[in-house]
Amino acid sequence: MREIDVRDVADSVAALCIKANTDLGPDILVRLKDMRAAETDERPKAILDELLLNAELAREKEMPICQDTGMAVVYIRIGQDVHFTGGSVEEAINRGVSKGYTEGYLRASVVADPLLRTNTGDNTPAVILWELVPGDRVEITVAPKGFGSENMSSLTMLVPAQGIEGVKAAILATVKKAGPNPCPPIILGVGIGGTMDMAARMAKLALLRPVGEKSPKEHIARLEDELLAAINDMNIGPAGLGGRTTALAVHINTYPTHIAGLPVAVNMSCHATRHAGVIL
Amino acid sequence: MPLDEVERKILELPVTREAARELRAGELLSLRGVIYTARDAAHKRMVEALARGEELPFDMTDAAIYYAGPCPAKPGFVIGSAGPTTSYRMDAYAPALISLGQTVMLGKGLRGPDVIEAMIRYGAVYLGATGGAGALLAQRIVKSEIIAYPDLGAEAVRRLEVYDFPAIVLIDSLGTSLYDRETVASV
Repeated sequence: MREIDVRDVADSVAALCIKANTDLGPDILVRLKDMRAAETDERPKAILDELLLNAELAREKEMPICQDTGMAVVYIRIGQDVHFTGGSVEEAINRGVSKGYTEGYLRASVVADPLLRTNTGDNTPAVILWELVPGDRVEITVAPKGFGSENMSSLTMLVPAQGIEGVKAAILATVKKAGPNPCPPIILGVGIGGTMDMAARMAKLALLRPVGEKSPKEHIARLEDELLAAINDMNIGPAGLGGRTTALAVHINTYPTHIAGLPVAVNMSCHATRHAGVIL
Repeated sequence: MPLDEVERKILELPVTREAARELRAGELLSLRGVIYTARDAAHKRMVEALARGEELPFDMTDAAIYYAGPCPAKPGFVIGSAGPTTSYRMDAYAPALISLGQTVMLGKGLRGPDVIEAMIRYGAVYLGATGGAGALLAQRIVKSEIIAYPDLGAEAVRRLEVYDFPAIVLIDSLGTSLYDRETVASV
């Protein structure tokens, strides 16, 4: 049994909120540069240059990459040999979000009730994804999720007869319908299988995978490649104004599912697919 | 800096309906002057105020509205990151404001037919700024002041002064849209 004080959780979350929002991952920067080099027209090149310059400026000035500093999605993997001291882990996470968003000059973008819509003022509460794993460590990832892209996400409950063609059609239709709205170039997190909530959770977690890393399952890695090529043939392009760079990556997670079902969830994200993590 | 290497037409704000009618989809602009921020919650309040016959927080005649909810300004900064938000969420409110004289909308993404119809009828343009470039765009905002609904936080109405703020005409007052290409138009 290892003891961890929840204050360490709160402090880590606060620091990760700021880091994730101001420091775009090197995997994404590399992919943006590579795809910029492959564009032939001036307009997509110029827009990708703006995004690259923006990321540079954000890091230099410690400003958010995007003003939509998101709803804080906190993914916490807790070793089953850990014992937390000092109070509630959930409350500690939210204290961390409050501190990070307030001290980091990040935007408070959360309303307390989806219908009454009063801003909570400090971006709490977080959306917390819990996972219990073997060991005595705690892994925390903060992934601020912007809603311009979140709103363009989809869930399709296919039937088994629709198979892989149905899966492809559902994903491509989501991208096409979204068009310029989610700030292309996009990153797609896809969850296939499980139940409807499990598919959505897998889609969200797929966004945390580094750009450039493929699914370990061969047939899924092939599907990722095929979908990425098809999306980049759509001519949506940076900012939706045409070009080859519509998506930077397609990441698919799968899980066993029911004999009657084939759920497909697509979590849409923009180039600012931000996440930062720490291991306690 | 690529932003300034591109040739842009300077557009002084505010813009009259006559001047708005002269802009064409695809034109690259450099905005100078006053623009008000308003997004979901502020639009809802303004349209509700109109329904009750109350005054709006600013004169809508020739007004330019930026669909944006900036980050808080760090000490020594004019404003925090301040890129555009997705515009279609304001579609329910925009025609009423255009009918009152608003000539410029600045945002990103698709617009619905009712908005485009109002733009054609009254003379208004829909401009785009690059989504996801909020840190960069904030550098072109030289003054920022909350003028209404401070309780809305990031969604409060701000009066901004911009200088050489990069924008593109996405949809003009003839209804021509830069998004109307094969893929996107067929959505």
